[in-house]
Amino acid sequence: MKILVCLSNVPDTTTKAKFVNDNKVFDTTGVQWIINPWDELALTRAIELKSDAANAIENITVITVGKNNVEPTIRKALAIGADNAVRIDAEPSDAYFVAAQIAEYIKSNPFDVIFSGIESADHNGSAVGGMLAEFLNIPSVSAVSGVSIVSGQVKITRDIDGGNEEVTSELPVVAIVQKGIAKEPMIAAMRGIMMARNKPLNVITPAEVEALTEIVNFEMPKPKPACKMIDPENVKELVNLLQNEAKVL
Amino acid sequence: MSVLVFTENWDGKFKKVSFELVSYASKIAEMLNTQTVALSIGNVQDDELKKLGNYAADKIISVKNEKLNILDNQAYTSVITQVAEKEGAKVVILAQNNMGKALAPRLSVKLKAGLGAGVSKLPSSTEPFTVFKKVYSGKAYSNVVIKSDVKILTLAQNSFEFEENTKSPAIENFDANIGDIKTSVSNVKKQTGKILLTDAEIVVSGGRGMKSSNNWAPIEELAQLLGAATACSRPVSDEGWRPHEEHTGQTGKIIAPNLYIAAGISGAIQHLAGISSSKCIVAINTDKDAPIFEAANYGIVGDASKVLPDLIQAVKEIK
Repeated sequence: MKILVCLSNVPDTTTKAKFVNDNKVFDTTGVQWIINPWDELALTRAIELKSDAANAIENITVITVGKNNVEPTIRKALAIGADNAVRIDAEPSDAYFVAAQIAEYIKSNPFDVIFSGIESADHNGSAVGGMLAEFLNIPSVSAVSGVSIVSGQVKITRDIDGGNEEVTSELPVVAIVQKGIAKEPMIAAMRGIMMARNKPLNVITPAEVEALTEIVNFEMPKPKPACKMIDPENVKELVNLLQNEAKVL
Repeated sequence: MSVLVFTENWDGKFKKVSFELVSYASKIAEMLNTQTVALSIGNVQDDELKKLGNYAADKIISVKNEKLNILDNQAYTSVITQVAEKEGAKVVILAQNNMGKALAPRLSVKLKAGLGAGVSKLPSSTEPFTVFKKVYSGKAYSNVVIKSDVKILTLAQNSFEFEENTKSPAIENFDANIGDIKTSVSNVKKQTGKILLTDAEIVVSGGRGMKSSNNWAPIEELAQLLGAATACSRPVSDEGWRPHEEHTGQTGKIIAPNLYIAAGISGAIQHLAGISSSKCIVAINTDKDAPIFEAANYGIVGDASKVLPDLIQAVKEIK
């Protein structure tokens, strides 16, 4: 069995968003870049699955669409435990463009299970996994909080309103994963970091694809009015305000 | 030409979000000078279907087929595509929830239609078609132009004030062509009788300041009193004090209730990303400098274990 994990290179989640050029461009000054948190959990789960020989996983590949500035992030994925990496050498202009690029790669390099994070921490599109599956005309399961392999069959836990259910799918399948898929992201050990230098990172030329959307500009949220402080000895006042001022009770 | 809206039901009754979606779709239909077509998949009876007319649906298409009792993303995408093509849909609208996130991206590819994911306003213009959406987990917004002829939108939850506008739409039963289903479902575990966190209008949430899993009784009591769902911050679910389903924040659940009560939560930026779309935020924390007070509308500096019982008492007096 072969696993592919799609990675997105995103600003660290503690980053404050700032923009330049008339609010048209995200200001990358001083930004730390990380593996998108859900993608990192997906990679962790893939490595956990591979560590059980009974699952017979031959290989874990990570793939990303980005210019060479994303290489530290993809090297980090190799250091954590992916076997090889692919970088499609293009600016990830929108989700449709990214999914089309990854789909093109998969058409000539098939995988059994493809992991994608539920959303990216930058554009919050929740789109690449589903788009990829449609380009490839294969099943996708979204809101995935668990993946295991039981005698060669992939068992997926999907969150539904108020609970969860188990989904069995024909392979290949795209699993769009969220919290719960792995407990904690795996951290690269020194040995992994050394080994990552010699693992293959294949840079490929993008396919001819046109993005369907374009960002015009960014806006900052409107400043919130200052917090009204209430005396802890007068909680009744809070209830009064919630009822008569905010009108939410 | 039309605007198509995909509605969701729960055991044959429409979810509140469906009315919000239809109302939103009808406003876009107005902008485009066309009609609103609402699609229902599942076993929804005519009396219930008619309710969509209260929010200005011009036509209702109902697809009932046993094969669609489970959510197979490919089959659902195929049905919605058939309806979109039949109705000449220029815009297809879904909810930005589990189901919408599962289907909208597939539809985008199938219809070669650009996706505006998590839009929170009406388009600022239809030519070019420009939508407004959250980015960087709510730390900013972006204006995005969708360049394709057909557009897919998912509407962020609780972002649109819907209104009643009664029409008498015709109901059409549509016999969709459904191919082989490649997924199967088993072991469905569903809690009933509990308010869903992502649907709740009021949420009561506890953080590390609650000090131990044994101190959750006032949070649960207040939630029950208010008809609210319970939530928690990430350290609390990481410690195993509460189930991970309750984790609210950037990597957990993103919610937008009318009222969010944060007890003993300091308000790390990742937590705020998950709750900042709430209409009203109440913070109770011992540290007057905690960042949660910057996000909150009302604040009490105090120990949640002392404030919550007083709050419960005060709420009881008005109920």
